[in-house]
Amino acid sequence: MNELMRRMLFLPEQASNFSTDVDHLHYFVILTTLVMSFLVGVTALYFFWRYRQRSRDQLTPDVQPGPGMEVMFVVLPLVFFVGWGIAGFRDYVRMQTPPKDAMDVYVMAKQWMWKFSYPEGPSSLSVLRVPTGRPVRLLLTSRDVIHSFFVPAFRLKRDAVPGRYTQMWFVPTKPGRYPIFCAEYCGLSHSNMTGEVVAMDPAEFDAWLADQRTGFPQAQDSAASPGEEVAADASLVEQGRAAAVRNGCLKCHSVDGSPHIGPTWLDLYGRTETMTTGEKILAEEAYLTQSMMDPLAYVVAGFQPVMPSFMGLISPAETAALLEYIKSLRSDRRGGEDRFRGPLNEPAVGQ
Amino acid sequence: MSPQSDSSAAQITAETAPAEPSAPPEAARPEEPRFPARHYLNDGHTIRSWLLTVDHKRIAILYLVLVLTAFLLGGIFAMVVRLELLTPGPTIIDALTYNRAFTLHGVIMIFLFMIPAIPAVFGNFFLPIMLGAKDVAFPRLNLLSVYLYVAGAALALWGMIHGGADTGWTFYTPYSTITPTNVVPILLGAFIVGFSSILTGINFITSIHTLRAPGLTWMRLPLFIWSLYATAVIQILATPVLGLLLLLVAAEHFFGFGLFDPARGGDPILYQHLFWFYSHPAVYIMVLPAMGVISEVVTTFARKHIFGYRMIAYSSLGIAFVGFFTWGHHLFVSGESAFDAGAFGILSMFVGVFTAIKTFNWVGTLYRGAITFKTPFAYLCGFLYFIVFGGMTGVAVATVSLDVHWHDSYFVVAHFHFIMVGAVVMAFLAALHYWFPKMFGKRYPEGWGLVAASLIILGFNATFIPQFLLGNAGMPRRYYNYQPQFQALHVASTTGASLLAFGFLLIAIYLLLSLKYGKPAGPNPWGSRAFEWTTQSPPLTENYPGAVTVLSGPYAYHVAQSPIALTTNRPTDGGGGTREGGGHAA
Amino acid sequence: MQPEAPAVAAAPPIPAPAHHFRSWAVQQHAERMGMWLFLATEILLFAGLFVAYATYRFLFPQTFHAASKYLNVTLGTVNTLVLITSSLTVALAVHFVVSNRSRFAGLLLLASVALGATFLVIKGFEYAHKFQEGALPGHYYRLEGLTLPGSSLFFTLYFFVTGLHGLHVIIGMSVLTWVAARALRGEFNARHYIPVELGGLYWHLVDLVWIFLYPLLYLI
Repeated sequence: MNELMRRMLFLPEQASNFSTDVDHLHYFVILTTLVMSFLVGVTALYFFWRYRQRSRDQLTPDVQPGPGMEVMFVVLPLVFFVGWGIAGFRDYVRMQTPPKDAMDVYVMAKQWMWKFSYPEGPSSLSVLRVPTGRPVRLLLTSRDVIHSFFVPAFRLKRDAVPGRYTQMWFVPTKPGRYPIFCAEYCGLSHSNMTGEVVAMDPAEFDAWLADQRTGFPQAQDSAASPGEEVAADASLVEQGRAAAVRNGCLKCHSVDGSPHIGPTWLDLYGRTETMTTGEKILAEEAYLTQSMMDPLAYVVAGFQPVMPSFMGLISPAETAALLEYIKSLRSDRRGGEDRFRGPLNEPAVGQ
Repeated sequence: MSPQSDSSAAQITAETAPAEPSAPPEAARPEEPRFPARHYLNDGHTIRSWLLTVDHKRIAILYLVLVLTAFLLGGIFAMVVRLELLTPGPTIIDALTYNRAFTLHGVIMIFLFMIPAIPAVFGNFFLPIMLGAKDVAFPRLNLLSVYLYVAGAALALWGMIHGGADTGWTFYTPYSTITPTNVVPILLGAFIVGFSSILTGINFITSIHTLRAPGLTWMRLPLFIWSLYATAVIQILATPVLGLLLLLVAAEHFFGFGLFDPARGGDPILYQHLFWFYSHPAVYIMVLPAMGVISEVVTTFARKHIFGYRMIAYSSLGIAFVGFFTWGHHLFVSGESAFDAGAFGILSMFVGVFTAIKTFNWVGTLYRGAITFKTPFAYLCGFLYFIVFGGMTGVAVATVSLDVHWHDSYFVVAHFHFIMVGAVVMAFLAALHYWFPKMFGKRYPEGWGLVAASLIILGFNATFIPQFLLGNAGMPRRYYNYQPQFQALHVASTTGASLLAFGFLLIAIYLLLSLKYGKPAGPNPWGSRAFEWTTQSPPLTENYPGAVTVLSGPYAYHVAQSPIALTTNRPTDGGGGTREGGGHAA
Repeated sequence: MQPEAPAVAAAPPIPAPAHHFRSWAVQQHAERMGMWLFLATEILLFAGLFVAYATYRFLFPQTFHAASKYLNVTLGTVNTLVLITSSLTVALAVHFVVSNRSRFAGLLLLASVALGATFLVIKGFEYAHKFQEGALPGHYYRLEGLTLPGSSLFFTLYFFVTGLHGLHVIIGMSVLTWVAARALRGEFNARHYIPVELGGLYWHLVDLVWIFLYPLLYLI
């Protein structure tokens, strides 16, 4: 029954401890709505037929509601509406009251990506790994404008507001991958600010967390969603491209020359860039690597100092692959592959 | 009610229908109605007589042209958005253009169409007539309000062309203060248009208090007037808060004032509170006049006294009052306290009850009526279904735990379009068709009217029901790209939108043709007992040829009498003994 | 017609009302109602700023207290007295116009305008001082003596709310000047004085807003 209603209403799977309660209240409200629309509609249709005009100057009786009827018109909807209001509020208070033993994860939203940090552990971009069966509390904030962290499968959402922390909590109930959307309009790439919650078996999660804390992991967070895998023997350029997508570089750097948040990578290698300080620097391996690790050391003139540091987030192998990819982006060699078609659909969300 | 026995009173006079001594005015007429010789449309032919008019009816026509132009522009942006959403990735425009398109769709539709439309067009035209008056209390302020609308709209349009905002019509900070797009002219344009709204509100309230004809007690007022009164109260109290806020955001954007900038200690959530303090009551500015129209249409086409006059009148005031205390339901997931969420949630439930009361009363009016199914009535049917569905989905999103999932998703988009388009635009179209014969003296082709109404109702359903499902599935709003699994529903929605657009086009065509080729309507083509149908069609500039006395309410279908007594050839003078300062004599 | 009370000179005739009003009395009633409704909108306009002030005061109580010390209480108090006096002259003007002394009322109205100008001049000095100190809104804030969190917010609110108020003072002065000109021409009398009353009402509102602003900005 629950499953039937869920599918008919196009609801996503129920993957958190709140999902089923929210859905049950939803069914009640929506069914009442449909029943009322139907009743009002059918009554009206019946009246149209039964009380159609018979003669041109037909007089009609002045029917007025008695006090009982007036009271019913008020009380009946009020009881339903307030009842739903109370039920919804009680569920909401539960949503806002995390248990004491919840594992905290810090969520930092910025245009246009999600960054997750475990208190004693790794940081990751776009992918939030959580163990099933255990409570997780998210502490959200934003670096710039208001964003909103939305996981439809969990039926949960909370705004990430700059200058303060907001919180939400949940217990993932089913292992799987669930999309994260940004649900507060935040600018140009709002619709690309996606991510993924990966709910894992608790044992696997613990293993992953331990692994993360010991250095550069191999198949890191953004480990492959179906269709995103790069063959092991793919060229360094291929790997670099995959890394650029995976790490969110292409959210801010275009590859076809079009202006965006960061300098375009097309023809970047070998270009002399002018910094905000007036200095001119040749963009070669050292500069490019420093840009990834310490981006605010030199900021190219005409751009904002908003690039995050990727120190500790990308392995040396990936760095090298990225460099090769950037080197390959030359306008005299353009054709086919990275034709700009508007904001790219970003990775790790099962596209 | 005063006795009707004395025959010297109470006859509709010559300038209306061909003389019929003692029959009720809407008795079967053997001849075709004649188009009157003198009326407000031919009372002065120069451009100046139109642009500097103080006649409330001409002002209404000016507004009609303006709001319909705005509707067309907003509709074009809507189609651009819907066409772009046919595919998950880029389709016809880039992301920046898309973001501007949905912003401008919202700004134009809300500030330039939804807020003014019914009050400024039908309110201006019919409020004085329904009061038995010759004009509104402040005719020159009325003209000023038109020009404020034009000035604000022009400034906003200029801004749209030179960059156009991409913030969404809600202009949330901090994004609206740092966006590189040209948001300031649009903010200031909306600010200026707000004054137009405020002046209309002041005019209407004063008119209703001071210009009621003798015999027109509060409990005899047409329900449309009650709804305009409640709307005007909201316009007066809520609009200034938005006005100030738009100025603050413009200053912040332009000068870096930092009132909402966390880096300087500012609070972006303060913006949201101030914004929704206006913008929630604003939706009642949009819907209350629509409900007033429906009360008029249902009584005329069911030929029956309204079921529960007082309940409907008081519930309009109830909506206006309680509506001011519900704004926090837009901030459920913004980080407001659980206490706030609970309080605003329950208050929002109260507001829903008023609409339920009205719906029951409208359906009750149909009971034992004498119903004719004309085009306005078809829109009434659409309205009834949409207000139940849209209203109850409103109650649904007011349920806090459910809103956590639905906030900023397509479910909310569907809900508010059900009310704004499904209820308000249906009511606008109902009013347009209902009052078209009165305003222009011509009839429109009824067959085409019913066809267009069906297309609109069908198209509307096809457009917005898929959006409820999109919201359930988790599709957020204001998204340029989306995940492929949402595509089928988006294609369905865009198809519906095309049908809807076609329906509007059809209406525009036959109404424009009817202006020229329609048959003369006569004073009362619908056989209504409401006050405005005692005037000629189109009305005289001075509305009534003489002094008006009101003898009964406007829905007296249970007795055969005219609700209005007209005394001709005597100008309304200031010295009339017992009627001085009146409106209470009966 | 109402019976006239015995008067020194012939009582002026009741003017003809506009064509859509039933009588002069109704027209006056409507004009008053319109002005009171408009005043309600002005109150709501300032309300948003008061809410912002209250919010930030609640969030940054020490900062706001410290920041208000940078305002000149003497000048603020003088300004308050100036405005209150100007309200007095306006009220007197209404009284005199009802007593058929239109020209004298006109002079009193001009006195109000002059006092309004005085208010603005004093405000100008205050603003100039702020510019010198660097106590400016948001982005332009340079006051070294006060670097507590939220400091610039106080001055943003100060400039915005006194600026908006100052704008209303200017509007009020224009209205009063226009009405004064008509009064000096002898246009008003016991029957026809509504413009003076309505202009006076507007001016009283401007004064009232200041009476709320003064303690909130200068005294606490």
